[in-house]
Amino acid sequence: MKRITIDPVTRIEGHAKVTIHLNDDGRVAGTEFHVTQVRGFEKFTEGRPYYEMPGITARICGICPVSHLLASAKACDSIMAVKIPPAAKLQRELVHCAQVVQSHALSFFYLSAPDLLLGMDADPATRNVMGLIAAHPELARQGIELRKFGQQAIEMLAKERIHGAGIVAGGMAEPVTTATRDKILVDLPAAKATAVQTLNFFKGAIENYQEEIEFFGSAPLMSAGLVDRSGNLQLYDGGLRFRDASGAIVEDQIPAEDYATWIGEASLRESYMKAPYFKPKGFPDGLYRVGPLGRINVADRCGTPLADAELEEFRQRFGHPAHSAFLYHYARLIEILYALERIEMILGMPELMSTQVRATAGVNALEGFGMIEAPRGVLIHHYKVDEQGAIVWANLIVATGHNALAIGKGVQQVSEHFIDGTKLQEGMLNRVSAVVRAYDPCLSCSTHAAGVVPVRIRLVGPQGEFLDEIARP
Amino acid sequence: MPNKKLSIRIDGALVDAYEGQTILQAARAGGKYIPTLCDLEGITPVGGCRICMVEVEGIDRVMAACTSPVQEGMSVKTTTPRLTQHRRLTVELLLVERNHTCAVCVSNGHCELQTMATNLGVSTVRLAYNFPKLETDLSHPKYVLDHNRCILCTRCVRVCSELEGAHVWNLTSRGINTRLVADLNGKWGDSKGCTSCGKCVQACPTGALADKGRAVEEMVKQNDRISALAMRRGAEA
Repeated sequence: MKRITIDPVTRIEGHAKVTIHLNDDGRVAGTEFHVTQVRGFEKFTEGRPYYEMPGITARICGICPVSHLLASAKACDSIMAVKIPPAAKLQRELVHCAQVVQSHALSFFYLSAPDLLLGMDADPATRNVMGLIAAHPELARQGIELRKFGQQAIEMLAKERIHGAGIVAGGMAEPVTTATRDKILVDLPAAKATAVQTLNFFKGAIENYQEEIEFFGSAPLMSAGLVDRSGNLQLYDGGLRFRDASGAIVEDQIPAEDYATWIGEASLRESYMKAPYFKPKGFPDGLYRVGPLGRINVADRCGTPLADAELEEFRQRFGHPAHSAFLYHYARLIEILYALERIEMILGMPELMSTQVRATAGVNALEGFGMIEAPRGVLIHHYKVDEQGAIVWANLIVATGHNALAIGKGVQQVSEHFIDGTKLQEGMLNRVSAVVRAYDPCLSCSTHAAGVVPVRIRLVGPQGEFLDEIARP
Repeated sequence: MPNKKLSIRIDGALVDAYEGQTILQAARAGGKYIPTLCDLEGITPVGGCRICMVEVEGIDRVMAACTSPVQEGMSVKTTTPRLTQHRRLTVELLLVERNHTCAVCVSNGHCELQTMATNLGVSTVRLAYNFPKLETDLSHPKYVLDHNRCILCTRCVRVCSELEGAHVWNLTSRGINTRLVADLNGKWGDSKGCTSCGKCVQACPTGALADKGRAVEEMVKQNDRISALAMRRGAEA
């Protein structure tokens, strides 16, 4: 029995390692995906005023802090029992779209493009963003520009690029200025051109990755994501929909406050990350995907013309729902286009420019829920407060958590297909890392919990048969 | 009748002073800067924070400028390596004593402790953080008290007592266990004496006292108004 450890898995957000067990013939016997950090946000926010939560929980992540800011602000809105001004809602969606653009651009150009453009088997010393700049300077530059576009829009709309203080309980701190609107509109065409160009490039290159598409976590799984009442893709608002592997809608328009009816959270032996599952199917059968691929599987359409045309083409090639985790990259590019189109639409709405952007109120409900689509998938913030507004309990279900089980399954499949322990090569291991990367997991986010988490210990025999289980609730 | 005029030197320069003035008052009148934290113009000084320490020629120990009276012929140094070292350590001690997390604080960017640390070049702290578990008092309908951010400067205690005349605030216990308390160690919101005037909030140098509902960076204090009010009252009295 031999063991291979990939530690750390590189070019992801946060810390993880993968353990691959080999049997005596050098074939893969089993795999484990470990997330190796603990954060503790749910515990140390106890006692804080609820309206500080957006600022505090934003610090969970430096890649997509806007998601936490927005989910938290929405949970605060529900504690205040206010409907935020229409302009604030538009401004929030705007800043969120800008974030999706920058975060997806980071994932695609900085983290995954080295695998896709330089090759899975390229020299690890240059298989990174610097190597990409050397080999494909124009594409790398465009990627950096695209990320810059998103980051600058966030800065103008939410005061700071990272951990913006402009997103507050009850709405936004300041209205959009005409200077901000005009600057984003000026930069938008170039960003859109980059998105379209990258999509075309990727569609052309995808033929080279038939093996990856086939074996990169391609098991048919359920998908989850937010959609509006007519089934359009939603990033900021909407109800939660589950679509099963065959394409049938299992549940639809689940509001944030009902999440616990449908989503359970299991603790894993091998990881600090909790694993949410679809309750009616139980653990671990209720696993599902979220994030770009999950979203475009769940939605009937995007709701913007260019993205819808791309989605149509995607579905003709890979079906609906599509199942290979490799297609996350493709879905991510379609979503960049969608987000840019939404930005254009929102900037054209006169009601965006209203100066009424903040509702004020005290504690009007002792429980608050906020649910949005972070770039990596559904993000839920759930708080309980006392009458004075101090947090007494918090639960955060983050995007990457939903994908925990799916990532584990993907690692297993890729390892079994690509790894041969008798003649081990680095490129084989990189493919294992690449399937993790395809989900663009944010592990710093996914391990925000602390304290005594429920533990489930499963004893599994050499043949993989289930022997015993001890559970600590 | 004006007090007797004295002549002192601050950092070598001759400065006019009046009998009864403190070194800090004479320095400010003469356009000389001495850093302070617990001092608030117009309110009785207490010499609590030890940031305004200065050297006086002929005296070995350093002295608090806010409480030491001027004397004829006195020569004061406001900036020496020893004083800078001393002030830095004082700020570091304040930072490790409680949980000052600037990034998520309502006063981030507008905090006197943060500004002092920046001005003194305190970019890292050489001591171990104390990480005490402290409470946040959210019982007042308009304001909030966060002990994590309190540096015990007692500005709130003094403005409430001297300006508002309510004397809601006080300190309890000693040393590292010292806490700001409302009335006789009750909840702020239960205080019958509190007029909700908000002077304590405006006087507070950090985010310890703040308006309720303010998000990160949103609490900008107006303690110059408190000083102006105090000076006017002083002139009337």
